[in-house]
Amino acid sequence: MFHINHPVLYGLAALVILYVLGQSIFFTVKAYQRARELGMEKSLLWSIIRGSSVFSLAPALAIVIGIITLSQYLGLPLPWLRLSVVGALTYELPAATSAASALGISMTDALTDARAYSTIAWVMTLGSFSGIVIITFFLKKIEKGLMSIKSKDEKWGAIFMDSLFIGMVSAFLGMIFSKIRSGLAGWIPVFVMLFSSVLMLVFGFLVKKKQIKWLENYAMPFSMLGAMAFSIPLTFWMGG
Amino acid sequence: MSHYEQKIHRWGRISGLLAILMFTLYPLLLSIYFKAWPYLGALGKGLLGVVPVFYTIGIIEAFTYGPMLGAGGSYLSFVTGNITNLKAPCAINAMKVAKVEPGTAEGEVISTLAIGISSIVTTIILFLGMLLLSNLSPVLESPLLAPAFANILPALFGGLAVVFISRNWKIALGPMLFMLVLFLVQPGLAEAVSLLVPVGAVIALVLSRILYKRGRL
Repeated sequence: MFHINHPVLYGLAALVILYVLGQSIFFTVKAYQRARELGMEKSLLWSIIRGSSVFSLAPALAIVIGIITLSQYLGLPLPWLRLSVVGALTYELPAATSAASALGISMTDALTDARAYSTIAWVMTLGSFSGIVIITFFLKKIEKGLMSIKSKDEKWGAIFMDSLFIGMVSAFLGMIFSKIRSGLAGWIPVFVMLFSSVLMLVFGFLVKKKQIKWLENYAMPFSMLGAMAFSIPLTFWMGG
Repeated sequence: MSHYEQKIHRWGRISGLLAILMFTLYPLLLSIYFKAWPYLGALGKGLLGVVPVFYTIGIIEAFTYGPMLGAGGSYLSFVTGNITNLKAPCAINAMKVAKVEPGTAEGEVISTLAIGISSIVTTIILFLGMLLLSNLSPVLESPLLAPAFANILPALFGGLAVVFISRNWKIALGPMLFMLVLFLVQPGLAEAVSLLVPVGAVIALVLSRILYKRGRL
């Protein structure tokens, strides 16, 4: 009989996650081999591997919280699958909510109706395909367009790439200020961001002026973790 | 395009297609096994609630993150997800540490390596997190730690901002001021921040083109 933590559901989720894990390992090994062909030092590559691992810890734990949130209603297998692949909580939660409201059910108790569960799983799956479909079928064309820009003028090509990154960073920095009109607590994200920036500057100073080279690889993850830790006393103090 | 790049595109297309099939397998097989096909009306309504916004976001992300992350990094991160909050910042950080530029052969492999490692680490942590859920949830959901996880994006982008603004403050100033004013006037846009990434990029591109033509960059 169906229930949201049925062993078959675990098996299905594990199958898909194993495939994606295999794909990640495959691309990582190929990139490592190619980097060696390009003459990059083993020590540099391993420092990138260590740095990226540390960098991923806090966001990955935040994703575990997402699994906990969704699991009360959907069980463990589906949120485990959805947040291990393709999705992020910012998509999966609205998708599940949209399907639940179309079914006329609330998201407070664990689901018992197999067809309702199936409907939600289909909505979460089909609603998230646009990015991966475009990348799979059109990335080569997108890259060709980019290469033609770069081949015409190399310096402009580099500025073009930087402008894309700045577009992303500026949108998210702006968002951090979106709550400041709601009162003192609305400033918390702003101070957390500033604290992270200050930490990054301090680490930059230590790397460049004090020659603490190993820190370079960890400057960004440490700034992030430090600012997250700072947000705890700050929130209690500012009453968020 | 180098031999490696040709192969990356081939692997990326094949593995991407397989991934799409694998993702569909979960709802398909559960529907067959439990004889539980979705309620069609609710399926349509549910999709109508997410497709207009999230398909647009997906398309925009493909066109903005694709060039940033390179071929290998893009094929992988669009399958493994959590791009904005993890994969893109991780790749940017790795390229900065390795002192390589995005869009070059070296940038491509470093970005792919960082995203691959990040995906593997995340998958392992999520698996462990699920196994240890009953032990972990009181800690992770404790009110003490709640502010830290609520502020993960400001903590992430504060550090990233230093990297980009110090390198390109002339280009960064315009889009940042624009976004600041926009979010102050319309705080509700925070829900659709992904839609504003290309807006910021276009402003940055126009500004940098003007500065570049005048020889100021």
